[in-house]
Amino acid sequence: MKIQKEAMAGTLESSDLLVKVMPNTGIEIVINSDVNKQFGDQIRAVVNNTLNELNLTDGLIIIDDKGALDCAIKARVQCAVLRGAEETELDWSKLL
Amino acid sequence: MTTSINQKIADLLKQHPDLKNITPFIDANATTPYLKDESKYTRKLCESIEQAIEKCELRDGMTISFHHAFREGDKVINKVVETISKLGIKNLTLASSSLLSCNAALIPHIESGVITKIYTSGLRGKLADAISHGLMENPVHIHSHGGRVKLIQSGEINIDIAFLAVSTADEQGNANGVSGKSQCGALGYAMVDAQFAKKVVLLTEDIVSYPNHPASIRQDQVDYIVKVDEVGDPTKISVGAARITSNPRELMIARYAADVIENSGYFKDGFSIQTGSGASSTAATRFLENRMRAKNITASFALGGITASIVDLHEKGLVKRLLDTQSFDGAAGQSLGKNKDHIEVSTNVYANPASKGASVDELDIVILSALEVDLDFNVNVLTGSDGVMRGASGGHCDTAAGANLTIIVAPLIRSRIPTVIRKVTTIVTPGESVDVLVTDHGIAVNPARPEIAERLKAANLPVMTIEELYQRAIALTGEPKPIEFNDKIVGIVHFRDGSIIDVVRQVKD
Amino acid sequence: MKKLRRSMLFLPGANAAMLSTSFVYKPDSIMFDLEDAVSIKEKDSARLLVAQTLKLPVYKEHGIETVVRINALNTPFGLKDLEAVVRAGVDVVRLPMTNSAEDIHELEAHVERIEKECGRKVGSTKLMAAIESAQAVVNAVSIAKSSPRLIGIALAAFDYLVDMQTERGDGTELFYARCAVLHAARVAGIDAFDVVYSNVNDDEGFLKEVSLIKKLGYNGKSLINPRQIELLHNAYAPTASEVENAKKVVEAAEEGERKGLGVVSLNGKMIDAPIIARAQKIIELAKYSGVRKEI
Repeated sequence: MKIQKEAMAGTLESSDLLVKVMPNTGIEIVINSDVNKQFGDQIRAVVNNTLNELNLTDGLIIIDDKGALDCAIKARVQCAVLRGAEETELDWSKLL
Repeated sequence: MTTSINQKIADLLKQHPDLKNITPFIDANATTPYLKDESKYTRKLCESIEQAIEKCELRDGMTISFHHAFREGDKVINKVVETISKLGIKNLTLASSSLLSCNAALIPHIESGVITKIYTSGLRGKLADAISHGLMENPVHIHSHGGRVKLIQSGEINIDIAFLAVSTADEQGNANGVSGKSQCGALGYAMVDAQFAKKVVLLTEDIVSYPNHPASIRQDQVDYIVKVDEVGDPTKISVGAARITSNPRELMIARYAADVIENSGYFKDGFSIQTGSGASSTAATRFLENRMRAKNITASFALGGITASIVDLHEKGLVKRLLDTQSFDGAAGQSLGKNKDHIEVSTNVYANPASKGASVDELDIVILSALEVDLDFNVNVLTGSDGVMRGASGGHCDTAAGANLTIIVAPLIRSRIPTVIRKVTTIVTPGESVDVLVTDHGIAVNPARPEIAERLKAANLPVMTIEELYQRAIALTGEPKPIEFNDKIVGIVHFRDGSIIDVVRQVKD
Repeated sequence: MKKLRRSMLFLPGANAAMLSTSFVYKPDSIMFDLEDAVSIKEKDSARLLVAQTLKLPVYKEHGIETVVRINALNTPFGLKDLEAVVRAGVDVVRLPMTNSAEDIHELEAHVERIEKECGRKVGSTKLMAAIESAQAVVNAVSIAKSSPRLIGIALAAFDYLVDMQTERGDGTELFYARCAVLHAARVAGIDAFDVVYSNVNDDEGFLKEVSLIKKLGYNGKSLINPRQIELLHNAYAPTASEVENAKKVVEAAEEGERKGLGVVSLNGKMIDAPIIARAQKIIELAKYSGVRKEI
């Protein structure tokens, strides 16, 4: 899967995150988080896992996290990627 | 006449050589020259802050003090420091009863060396951030409200000049916070500084006719008075810490806190209470009203930190007297001005462990907030879990030590940050002073108080161990990684008795 | 004890903060809304967010039933919603605008297919029907009896009242619908839920409505503010004197049984099986929710 166009998902409210994706060669991930010091590693792991499950090969992923739980991070990343990759047929067995 | 008194003194000294420093009479106003003319009415009045500073002979290395009763609306601290900076005076110790976000304007004066040492109850906003990141060479000293008085009494804080914002003052310096345009209510902090500082300067918007009453600060304590355009914005007193909530989670915690109080064994006729400035703790008062009515219970006094909701209970006859060292909102200030059983107390009376009697010692119940609580019930109200200072010691450890029942209220998780953790980032109040922790996920009772745990369980309240609360928090958030600090110490945390309970190190970025 | 369904808390499916904290209020059921509370352009993100949230173990730990209101199946979103939430393990799917038994049959067929595809036990996904039109009220009995998966039917007032050419008032406007939906539920042996009370600042009005629907016999009510949960649960809790009385009834019945009496009476009143059953229910409820208190 590749990011075809710029897309976003999520919000900048507390306990949420905003995920922005853009076309790119290879995968590049930028994470800004209010809780980076305590949870930066865990957030990165969730993002990496989520992208792997989606088989994303190319895209720039920019995350602005406001202290979201892992389930929200996963959902927002999935949504932004699916929007940016213009995927309409979803394989739910891979998303859940 | 002169010859004759000199002869008499010579005779006196001959007979009593031990009387050394006696002075012969010169004239009626030798020490009070201002009584010779009209200047007696104006002798304390200064044209400007500069003039007051010059008359007080502020010098490099001295200590200046302020109070923070206007909280985020303060217009005095920044202004005076800026004026001092223009006069070229350096190397001062700033001893404000606390500092808030509005004091970010002090940063350049710290950078330029005007202020090189700070004593305060707390720090917020950009100033807190800068100091946490190593702005100052000397660590900032954090003290409680009661502990500040102890440090002043013991001479560790040795105030040369106190600059005190008051709402009105007369030409002699009788002053209060309950009349005039910009009212802050109780002057509990200022009363201490007026008593102990070598020089006392009042800043006021309004010089009223003599004698001003009530006189929270009395004329015999005051050296100079400056009329200024504004001392503070009272509408900003209740910004931040003191607010009324409609958030269902905070209301739920407040209701649990009221349940805890009702079933703790301390909810008896004549009980006493302090509610802090946090949202849930303020809201708990609202839930207490019905319970007090249902059981026909009234409180003998409320202490604090007085808020509109406490005033409401007082005016309904449910709380007999209010002891007020700091008015947290306009309603509290107005009540202090008009209700005879709303009584102003200095922070010395309020909470100083070294005073001959502190009101906190008489307290049954206190509800306090927390940024972090650890498995030993130690509480941090100073540093965020990112290690940056963003709060205040306040009356936390004073009231927790004094009260029979200390209740901490906090959401278990704030965004992704767990409140209950293994070890607090900074200890402000030791766990031995804490009895009950109330969160939105459940209630934990200090194992040292098994009788309270039994009573709460019997009342069907969701009592858990603090370990269970911790496990529940990290099940949702994950285990937070410990914050990394540099070696440099940027803050020293004093317990209320002046001892050092913890230090704050510079955060690593 | 049978699953209590006094409170069903509505949560907007796109709100991450509310989704991750709402369980602390301990409603009997939480309903994640993918329909009216989510704008058209956020349907996809809310669907993913709700699906991931459903996987938190915390609902099971607290005994909170999870419900998702999907979009209608004739929209571009309904079937996608269903695919996501059945796979994510939702307890109950709530179908909006259910007008006939056929609507439930259509939903049921999709659910069964998805269950088979994802390996979920067939029949384990429960259903709820929302009654929100005149036609639905009239068809309430056949809707309520349409599937063994149905755990309840819920009256929803907004569209129904538009349909009836009236508006929300003192409850007169819902008089027939409330009775019809409740009867249909009882005929089918499932639960009945009353409408949302939307003025969240009017506790008195809310409690008056709760008192009415409790007397009618409703299992519970849909809620939009967590603050209403405690009020509702407390109103549904038995009073101390009810519990005391129930205990006397049970004791008298037990004593009667020990003594082999055919007919038992308490304070001159005969105690028969339905009275004993009701007394046992009250005692059980009191154990679970405590007795009613002043709040």
